Amino acid sequence: MIASETLAGRLGGSLRRGGWTLALYVILAGLIAFTSVLQPRYGLDTLAIAALPLALAAAAQAVVVISGGIDLSVGSMMALTNVTAAVLMKDAGTETAVAVIVGVLLLGLAIGALNGLLVVTTRVPDIVVTLAMLYIWGGVALLVLGSPGGGAPGWVKDLVKGGFVVDALPRALVLLLVIIGSVWLPVRRSQLGLSLYAIGSDRLAAFRSGVAVERTKLASYALCGLFSAAGGLALTATTGIGTPTVGAYTLAGVAAIVLGGVSLAGGRGGILGPIGAAYVLTIIRADLVFLGVDPNYSTMIQGGIMVLVVMLAAFLTLRRVRR
Amino acid sequence: MTDLLLEATGVVKTYGAVTALRGASLAVRPGEVHALLGANGAGKSTLVKILTGVVRPDEGVITLRGQRREVRSPAEARASGIAPVYQEPSLIPDLDVRDNLRLTGTPVEPFRDWVATLGIPGLDLAANARDLPLPTLRILDLARALAIGPAVLLLDEITAALPADLTERVMDVIGRQRDDGRSVIFISHRLIEVSALCNRATVLRDGETVGVVEIAPGAEEEIVRLMLGPGTANGGRTRSAAPTPATVGPGPAPSVSAIPGPPAAASPPAAERPTRPVSGNAPPRLAVHNLAAGTKLRDVSFEFRAGEVLGIVALEGQGQDELFSLLSGEERPSAGEIFVDGSPVRFRHPADAIARGLVLVPADRAHALLMQRSVRENIALPSVAPPRRWGPIAIGEETRRVQAAINRLRIDTRAAAEVRRLSGGNQQKVTIARWIAFGAPTLLCFDPTRGIDIGTKHEIYRLVRELAAAGAAILFYTSELEEIRLACDRAIVIFGGRVVDELAAAEADEARLLRAAHGLAREAVA
Repeated sequence: MIASETLAGRLGGSLRRGGWTLALYVILAGLIAFTSVLQPRYGLDTLAIAALPLALAAAAQAVVVISGGIDLSVGSMMALTNVTAAVLMKDAGTETAVAVIVGVLLLGLAIGALNGLLVVTTRVPDIVVTLAMLYIWGGVALLVLGSPGGGAPGWVKDLVKGGFVVDALPRALVLLLVIIGSVWLPVRRSQLGLSLYAIGSDRLAAFRSGVAVERTKLASYALCGLFSAAGGLALTATTGIGTPTVGAYTLAGVAAIVLGGVSLAGGRGGILGPIGAAYVLTIIRADLVFLGVDPNYSTMIQGGIMVLVVMLAAFLTLRRVRR
Repeated sequence: MTDLLLEATGVVKTYGAVTALRGASLAVRPGEVHALLGANGAGKSTLVKILTGVVRPDEGVITLRGQRREVRSPAEARASGIAPVYQEPSLIPDLDVRDNLRLTGTPVEPFRDWVATLGIPGLDLAANARDLPLPTLRILDLARALAIGPAVLLLDEITAALPADLTERVMDVIGRQRDDGRSVIFISHRLIEVSALCNRATVLRDGETVGVVEIAPGAEEEIVRLMLGPGTANGGRTRSAAPTPATVGPGPAPSVSAIPGPPAAASPPAAERPTRPVSGNAPPRLAVHNLAAGTKLRDVSFEFRAGEVLGIVALEGQGQDELFSLLSGEERPSAGEIFVDGSPVRFRHPADAIARGLVLVPADRAHALLMQRSVRENIALPSVAPPRRWGPIAIGEETRRVQAAINRLRIDTRAAAEVRRLSGGNQQKVTIARWIAFGAPTLLCFDPTRGIDIGTKHEIYRLVRELAAAGAAILFYTSELEEIRLACDRAIVIFGGRVVDELAAAEADEARLLRAAHGLAREAVA
């Protein structure tokens, strides 16, 4: 009795909160349909591959922002893990490659934790610490690999290519869901997940509720590093090489979480929203290419769309509150 | 002494150069309600923070049931049976109630039972804390503390934001805790509650415990004497750092020490004040006719004149919030009219209301002040903010006006660089000072003394009287019934969005106000 009542309550709650995420996926479905008319060869698998690194960057950023912080070094952590993996996996056997993947994920966890440790212990604002780390990890990436190179075994590249069981289900999407499902879901359901939201929502109240605020903050950066490393590995797998230059993933990730309903003030949002937003941003960019829009205008249009969509989200939220 | 449940001795805490506690002690017996009293800045909050593990003391010993304890974090305090309810709501705003319970490991069923006992039936556990009204949040904080069956319940100003009906329930529950042999540390600015509820009281002054009083008839005198300190009891010159507390409730008029500047006389209680002559033909300063907004404010009419303080009494959520939003230009009415000096007005923005001299003094200082800016900027803001004044600021003129306002209100400016570092009472004075500097003729005070120490409260009453004497018209909503007699000329009672009673302050005894506020006096409607 009580259990079902609880379940219904929870379902209602998550529906109320997840309204925007739902809307985002409807928009995504519309865009996919539109694109299939515009350019039939741009299939779901192409989209999933193109969006995978950004989706993981968004997940990384979302964890930190939900906890009330920000990490500007996501892009360079991805570059560093990308080249590290590419250098070590070049011409490597299966066992070595698996070891490298595990090692690189641990590396991400470690450098993320280092970011967090610096933020917590030095009390320098997070935006400053991680901006510094953006440059530092970027420099380290160039030390590891001076110019694009390295490689990845065929089976690693195949992890993201084609369909899983059926053609309609892209492997890159399945891989993404597996990563998110094996890391975020357990965290979200644990005391740690609750604490992440708590410190993002109200630090003082969280502290008074008995949350170990600093340890939780450190954990949020470590998780960010882990997702960034997954993003770096995704780059290695999708491109087949390592590229030591820092891509646009830091800010694109921020754009995705904002679109995905994560409050930059912390405490609000989830991970599915940002991932949906990463797909939306990726497909919009592709559509603008197919429509033959000048690349210079294309970035302006993307910026405009972002503001409009966030306004729409705010409007929907307002109406829900008023009702 | 093994019969003590909780004892703190020789507690010292300094923040940089500021000494918050210089030798505080507190001894709580099992099964007693123990009041912790003192003016703002006496060190109550710091002692609470130390007892609950929010900050660590520099010196001092805390023992629980005779055993020495180091309370290193709020979690540890809870684990050892000390459950605090802080002055501000402590639920995480973006988590729902259930997750908030999960976060602190609070059992759900006892929590639910307490919430019901405390008078909030049908609470939705899936509701986000952000969406719940303040009194509900306070009750939830209390229920969360009660749910773990604490040995010591620590209540910091629990009644400050509660309407009368909820306050009653809370007092009941506190009494029952005592009867069950548990202890309660009770912090309140309302001495009436203290004498009704507490067994003993520890009084702090300037960071030191200056006395422990057994509550008995006449104990209030002793408490006030202790809070005042030697040689200041008869309204002598006090230090600016420690506002002078004074008696509250029935009794002779408080004689608060002189604020520099005329008129020097303290405000007499309503009974002794001359009835204000109704000035012949002049239209009322502010009149509202059949004002309504949404579902809360249904039909309210009243008027008041320059020189008059009109009190408003209402339980929580009877439409007073909406009324003040309309009058201060934050929202627009769905029906009815507002007249200023006899001419109808339509406010589209608070700037419109301010331009007509209607200004708001809210209960929550954080809503009115720029917390990270200086006292000076906060006071000067309304006079420089209107767009037509977006030019260079006349610094000399501004400095003069700001300084005049600061002097008049005796604002303690040692921490003037950032308003958030001032005490609550001084912050509230800044919100009033800005309108004095601005020369606003109509003040809309919404529970302006919430959570402020008794001394500063009386300074605010006096200020209100002075401003009225100087020709200001003041609307004064209060959640403390005694303030009607202390500060107002006349009072109206709002219940269910309608005015249900109107009476002169002199005859506004608390029983009648309370009856009317509960909707029990409809036959008395004028």
